[in-house]
Amino acid sequence: MNIMHYLADLLVRSLFKADPATWPYTWIAYAVVIGVGALLAFAFVAIFAGPVTWIERRIAGRIQSRIGPNRNGPQGCLQWLADGIKCWLKEDLVPATADKPLYLAAPYLVFTGMFGAFVVLPFGAHVIAADLNVGLLYILAVTSLVVVGLLMAGWGSNSKWALFGGVRSAAQLVSYEVPSAFSLMAVVLMAGTLSTQGIVGAQGGWPWQWFVFRNPFLFAAFIMYFISAIAEGNRTPFDLPEAESEIIAGYNIEYSGMRFLFFLFAEWANMWIMAAVATLAFLGGWQIPGISPERIAEAKGWTFVGWQALSFAIFVFKGTCLVFTIIQIRWTLPRLRVDQLMITCWKYLVPLSMGSATGVLLLMALVREGGIVDWVMRGAMLLVGLLVAGAYIRKVRATFMADRDNYKKMEGRDLWYPPYRLP
Amino acid sequence: MVPTVPPAVSPHRRPPRGTVRAYFRNIRLALSTAFDGMSVTMSYMFRRPLTIQYPDKIDKPVQEMLPESYRGVLEVDMDRCTVCLQCQKICPLGCINIESCKNPETGNREVTKFDIDIGLCMYCGLCAETCNFDALDHTREFEATVTTPDQMILHFVEKPREVTKLKAAEMPVRKHKGSILQKMIPAFGRRHPQEVWTPTAYAAAPVPALKAPTATPKPAAPVASAAPSAADSPTPEQAP
Ligand code: SF4
Ligand code: SF4
Repeated sequence: MNIMHYLADLLVRSLFKADPATWPYTWIAYAVVIGVGALLAFAFVAIFAGPVTWIERRIAGRIQSRIGPNRNGPQGCLQWLADGIKCWLKEDLVPATADKPLYLAAPYLVFTGMFGAFVVLPFGAHVIAADLNVGLLYILAVTSLVVVGLLMAGWGSNSKWALFGGVRSAAQLVSYEVPSAFSLMAVVLMAGTLSTQGIVGAQGGWPWQWFVFRNPFLFAAFIMYFISAIAEGNRTPFDLPEAESEIIAGYNIEYSGMRFLFFLFAEWANMWIMAAVATLAFLGGWQIPGISPERIAEAKGWTFVGWQALSFAIFVFKGTCLVFTIIQIRWTLPRLRVDQLMITCWKYLVPLSMGSATGVLLLMALVREGGIVDWVMRGAMLLVGLLVAGAYIRKVRATFMADRDNYKKMEGRDLWYPPYRLP
Repeated sequence: MVPTVPPAVSPHRRPPRGTVRAYFRNIRLALSTAFDGMSVTMSYMFRRPLTIQYPDKIDKPVQEMLPESYRGVLEVDMDRCTVCLQCQKICPLGCINIESCKNPETGNREVTKFDIDIGLCMYCGLCAETCNFDALDHTREFEATVTTPDQMILHFVEKPREVTKLKAAEMPVRKHKGSILQKMIPAFGRRHPQEVWTPTAYAAAPVPALKAPTATPKPAAPVASAAPSAADSPTPEQAP
């Protein structure tokens, strides 16, 4: 039973002193709770997408030895509000030759496609709008609505740049759907269910219980899912649909004001969705280390609420870490060429993700779960993960140290300036 | 003539032996270069940003960070000026306007006007080069924003004053560059480095009470007079 169901029943029981199973107006309580849930999800998107734009710009600034927006409000933290209000106040232009209905409807379609995925995202142990039994399939399907919206925007604008952008975006989304679906299939095979809560439930709180460290094939699947999710979200280095150097802005070039904001909004919401899906499928979702889901379900009163809040925090923390990685990738890697993009997908990701799904099947048939081989594999993968993290930290330190003394000699100041020190 | 078809594979790079090896080499390269790039960008999160946050969050005024030879707004030290008019003659744009006369009572030469139009000046430095007495010089002041166009003409002589008769070696030491300008225009005055710049604080600063220019060309006028139609419709300033 998810939390919304529970709340609706609670509402009926406490407010109307009726039994929700027999009371004839229970559906009204359900409708109200669903409406409130949708509003909450919308608020989460808005509250997430807004400040993340500011955080991304600050991070981008530091990566480029700049500072980033820091004038609007304390350290510029109200910059996103100013940008949003500016977009609200702009005129909503429609080109004279545009296909008006398509042009006007496109942003909403894109946004609906993104927002629809929030229905099945498990934010916490019971914090989920609807635990569909086809959860992952639903996410893949409903986010494909975005393709239609982008094509509509590209075609409806009646501009060659927009059309290029729309077609590129559609080609990219459709291609990368394949490897991302195959990588997720590996997870679905492991969990034996498509339901998002079921997949989270098949993992555990500790890293060695996460799917990513289960076996080498799932580790590879995680990396491949991450790459194809970035490509599906039109993020750098796969942001060809909005390549400024070639097609100026892509499908959203003719848009202005609020409609333009909707495209951006969808892009940021999508960043969260791909991070959330990667979290729930590979990184153990909301699972609290050492606390089994049954114990959460059996808890009563404030303990129950506390577990929910903790699981929510864990999920959002993992997702946010991935979002930061995506942001860092954006400011690190240069954009791919169109042919390179397609080669990456069809020559590398598709066969490799198929291979990883097959490998997972083989391992499932050959290795008994919980057996000695299984544990050796988990330990080895965890070791690999730790080694990669250690190598990363060492490399970062080496890069920093290479320039430290020269900087001190030239500038007379320390190069060290940690991220939490806001200039 | 049939155009030659370029080879599909770049001739400059030796194709690796074996396609399978190339395939896995590409994967390895993609992962390792992304790893290297990520570690470089991550290291920048711990480095000092280069940005100088002009105008407020700086340790010392920007004027002091500029090189000595910076050619900013001109300034003349009237204690050292002999009114030799060399600077006025050499200025290609005619933005220096000096007037002097003999005082009939004392018989001394007096300078009545020393105006520099900083709106017209192109900061070429010819006048400062020419001055033999180290009287006219560029400062490192550059925030020359004023509220009305006529404030762009700097009046270095407010009331007629006697021209110095001393030799260059006997003259008083050149005043610190910029100190004369800072007294003339509050905007040139050094703000406290940590003081936060706000539009209101700027607007509240007292507007310098400058004598309205009489015979000098108005900076607003050159635009109009330069236009071909100016002769047909003379502006009120040009009319007399
Ligand atoms: S710097 Fe050049 S343009 Fe300006 S007053 Fe001197 S000579 Fe004239
Ligand atoms: S500023 Fe120098 S060059 Fe100009 S009149 Fe005075 S002494 Fe002569």
